[in-house]
Amino acid sequence: MRKIKNILFVLCLLPLTTFAAGIEVKLDTAPIRTTDKLSLQRGAQTFVNYCLTCHSADYMRYNRLRDLGLSEKQISDNLIFTGQKTGGLMHTAMVKKEAKQWFGVPPPDLSVIARSRGADWLYTYLRQFYRDESTATGWNNLVFDRAAMPHVFYQLQGEQLLKVEVVDDGHGGKHEVKRLELSKPGTLSKTEYDMQIADLVNYLVYLGEPAAAYRVQLGIIVMLFLFGMLGLTYALKHEYWRDIH
Amino acid sequence: MGKRMTSLMGWVDARMPVTAKWKLHLSEYYAPKNFNFWYYFGSLAMLVLVNQLLTGIFLTMNYKPDASLAFASVEYIMRDVDFGWLIRYMHSTGASMFFVVVYLHMFRGMMYGSYRKPRELLWLIGMMIFFVLMMLAFTGYILPWGQMSYWGAQVILSMVGAIPVIGEPLKDLIMGDYMLSDAALNRFFAYHVVTLPILLLTLVVVHVLALHEVGSNNPDGIEIKKNKDPKTGIPVDGIPFHPYYSVKDIVGVVGFLIVFFGIIFFAPEMGGYFLEYNNFVPANSLQTPDHIAPVWYFTPYYSMLRAATVNFLWIDAKLWGIILMGGSVAIFCLLPWLDRSPVKSIRYKGPYFKTALTLFVISVFVLGWLGTKTPTPLYTTLAQIFTVVYFAFFLLMPWYSKIDKTKPEPTRVST
Repeated sequence: MRKIKNILFVLCLLPLTTFAAGIEVKLDTAPIRTTDKLSLQRGAQTFVNYCLTCHSADYMRYNRLRDLGLSEKQISDNLIFTGQKTGGLMHTAMVKKEAKQWFGVPPPDLSVIARSRGADWLYTYLRQFYRDESTATGWNNLVFDRAAMPHVFYQLQGEQLLKVEVVDDGHGGKHEVKRLELSKPGTLSKTEYDMQIADLVNYLVYLGEPAAAYRVQLGIIVMLFLFGMLGLTYALKHEYWRDIH
Repeated sequence: MGKRMTSLMGWVDARMPVTAKWKLHLSEYYAPKNFNFWYYFGSLAMLVLVNQLLTGIFLTMNYKPDASLAFASVEYIMRDVDFGWLIRYMHSTGASMFFVVVYLHMFRGMMYGSYRKPRELLWLIGMMIFFVLMMLAFTGYILPWGQMSYWGAQVILSMVGAIPVIGEPLKDLIMGDYMLSDAALNRFFAYHVVTLPILLLTLVVVHVLALHEVGSNNPDGIEIKKNKDPKTGIPVDGIPFHPYYSVKDIVGVVGFLIVFFGIIFFAPEMGGYFLEYNNFVPANSLQTPDHIAPVWYFTPYYSMLRAATVNFLWIDAKLWGIILMGGSVAIFCLLPWLDRSPVKSIRYKGPYFKTALTLFVISVFVLGWLGTKTPTPLYTTLAQIFTVVYFAFFLLMPWYSKIDKTKPEPTRVST
């Protein structure tokens, strides 16, 4: 019986191991620290300066950014470029219909993008743009082939080129290894750029679920309460059941 | 004060027998004294039902059943409604936990032979509850109007459409449109918040009434009513449900809540199993996702649907898939008549039944796992093999349960 239990346990875990299969490019791990308010503030700054031009975050209100330790005044002075009130939603200035004409598809809303794509995908995607004259925008991406989005951070990161090497895999077969090489440096070093993108992705993760930090805090209190209740209810049960056994 | 209370209860009882019903269903309902861990899940199912109803009411206050507003209204609940995120996670986690609890409740019945005479009808009512629960889960999953809501619903509705003769008109009737659209979303909302909950509640009441008529089974699978105290007429192995099992079930409730809120507060998506990642993308009728997978509790049936790949006997593969899928659920209804063992409980059944049940559980897990994957030739073959194992458990039962070497049942429950 014990053996059966062990087998069942392993079978229960099986599905967990294979969820991420199917992605060809190896994703870098995003250094996510949603408790780091300074990083979130820097991310928010990058977000409103670069992303919000084309993308929206239509489910998010500006004044929610008080979560990041900002005051209403700081938010309206530094982060709102559309003349909206702080209670307003983070709309984009771009008209959807025009955006569709320019890019082929309207840029997706970013409110819950971190929940559908995952932080690692975003972190890798935003760092893997390269020059490709064959595309409409002149840019391509290793993670998302022929993405409609151009490289909006090229001034910061600089321009990368794709290098394809054919490598012998040691078993008689050959396979391609794709690698990006910096051809024209930007205003930031590689480390600085990676950090800026990390801050941005950190912010996108926060944006996906602003209540997440509070959720975990509250969860700890609820768990403590429930474990206390478990002891009490067990003692009550034990007391009643004395006369049965 | 006590006197007044007594006279008030006397007044009520003369008009409606509240005290008598309290005794009948709780304080003088005699349950076997040897209930184990597996017997928590009935009351837990009731707890989750109440959770779904209460959180559902609050969600309804803020949700908009409109194809252009639904997705945004869910995010509004997650962000702008006070504790909306908690209510929504309690509802979404509750849906998955409903199935966890009900599957364990059903497995308990299979282990201890709770479907056997005189509880056949109780088992059938339970199966009806299970069908309604599946419909509730399906209609509820459509409401956030994400990509998986939309395309999952497409898959299920195309199956309805594949039913011969009545399929297409039935599909149109369910949807209220020729395609999955705003009209359909409105209908599914109506089914999810009115029709199906009323059905479910009614069936649960009937299920409990039927249980209290025949009495609870127990891990030994013997009837405690056969051995009553000659003076009182109370089963010697029975104890009043209240207070003994009410206080015991409260421990179970708190234990369950630790798991339930553990998921809600620390892993509400459950790695994409309770809330699928793709459902955070708004529904788009022009963009089919690469990979459509149902939520975990439907994946075993989904695997069997996909396992049918050849036309056979004038019936095409798609319809066979639907027959297999429907049959895999419906076949549970036959269990009371398939089991020919002289004993009820697995404790006294022989190696054939134990092996069969183990293989059945393994096939459910493997099929469930395969249902989350994109099919490949290997996976399809695996799904076909385990579909056969799944059905063999039921169809061969009359044979193996009869020739199995059983142990004699005791006359008193073991404690």
